[in-house]
Amino acid sequence: MIGIIDYKAGNAPSALNACRRLGVDARLLSAPDEIEECGGIILPGVGSAQATMDSLRETGIADALKKKVLDGGAPFLGICIGLQVLFEHSEEEDAECLGWLSGEVRRFPEQMVRVPQIGWNEVRFVRERPVLSGIGESGFFYFVNSYYAVPKDSGIILGKTRYGVEFCSMIAHKNIIAAQFHVEKSGETGLRLLKNFAASVGN
Amino acid sequence: MLTKRLIACFDIKDGMITKAQKFKDNIVVGSAVEIACRVYQDQIDEIIFYDITASSDKRKIDIRTVKDVAEHVFVPFTVGGGIKDLNDMYEVLKAGAEKISVDSMAVRNPGIIREGARAFGSQCVVLSMQVKKVEKTQKIPSGYEIAIDGARVFTGMDAVEWAKRGENLGAGEICVNSIDRDGTHSGYDIEITSLIADAVNIPVIASGGAGMPEHVVEVFEKTGASAAIISSMLYSPRLSRNYSVREIKQELTACGVPVRPWVE
Repeated sequence: MIGIIDYKAGNAPSALNACRRLGVDARLLSAPDEIEECGGIILPGVGSAQATMDSLRETGIADALKKKVLDGGAPFLGICIGLQVLFEHSEEEDAECLGWLSGEVRRFPEQMVRVPQIGWNEVRFVRERPVLSGIGESGFFYFVNSYYAVPKDSGIILGKTRYGVEFCSMIAHKNIIAAQFHVEKSGETGLRLLKNFAASVGN
Repeated sequence: MLTKRLIACFDIKDGMITKAQKFKDNIVVGSAVEIACRVYQDQIDEIIFYDITASSDKRKIDIRTVKDVAEHVFVPFTVGGGIKDLNDMYEVLKAGAEKISVDSMAVRNPGIIREGARAFGSQCVVLSMQVKKVEKTQKIPSGYEIAIDGARVFTGMDAVEWAKRGENLGAGEICVNSIDRDGTHSGYDIEITSLIADAVNIPVIASGGAGMPEHVVEVFEKTGASAAIISSMLYSPRLSRNYSVREIKQELTACGVPVRPWVE
């Protein structure tokens, strides 16, 4: 079973709908003790990094996730803010994040592009991974973001996208997969990616 | 490269999609879920639902229909109409919508834009505005005035000023709907779409007047709009010819407008 972290401001219902469409066993979680029994975790997110971090810390989910994913090695899929909070720090409201990955989160250059970025943009994949099975070397996905991650270790980058700057739009590191775009709202291509992730959890 | 978006817009009444002309004479064209599924299969980039009578009937938005649609379409989905406060916004998001469109209510209470952006993020709040071409005056320097309540009430507010204020309050996108063009199938109002797209640094959605693919090409070529709303041309029985999303995108591609390519 895949647990979808629901912290009341995110897009957890959309992620759940997408899982249901695929026949994937998933449910929404909002308490840390529910995390232990999950085979895999999806951390969706919209809104701000700071609000997300506050919620994850206050509920105790941050600690439970660390134990399950970082120490325990459970398959993990972060979406949008769920990618950004994996890094050490975000420029958005100067937020301290989970720090599972080295690097920081920066704002798009407003003098070059409209912020937020909203719409379908191309992700070019720089490596092969099972989660990309059937998707090809690139694909179009739906983005809504004002900020983007800059990993210290470029080896964890799985996909790159251009919006004013070239930025890291997807990462893969051990059991951790994360996408800056909305996997659950990127049509059939997004559903394919989600299906591949679910397969890694045994669905 | 970020592509230009095509957004299918539907007016909903009791779970059914209706089509109006200049905000009047609604006719029913099909069930919301059925038509949403059809445009999803046709690879629309985004969907907007307006619960058109929720506001005037002073009732809550039709959450059941929002849920039904969210279970079937996996592209972004915006809902508007009848939203009065943060709690209504939360109900709509919880039902599976990504964004909330605020219109008349935001004119009456601009603070709702800031509150919504703070609670759910700017990307959740679309400021939708009904604009009408009027004489340029000191109070309305752009020559476009904001109307509310189904374009029945005029506010004396300048459209460009209101757009800038909406951006400052935290709106994530601005949807510019031309009252003069709505339902006329004569093309978007290029002038006001362009004025607003140049005045703000958030994405602008052009709305009102599209009747053929050439109109969509025109608005993307002549204005800074990031997205265009199409409605009648997809399904209205009032038009002699309807177009598929795929056909419209083929025309855009042929004219050099970047769009999300068709996925087999």
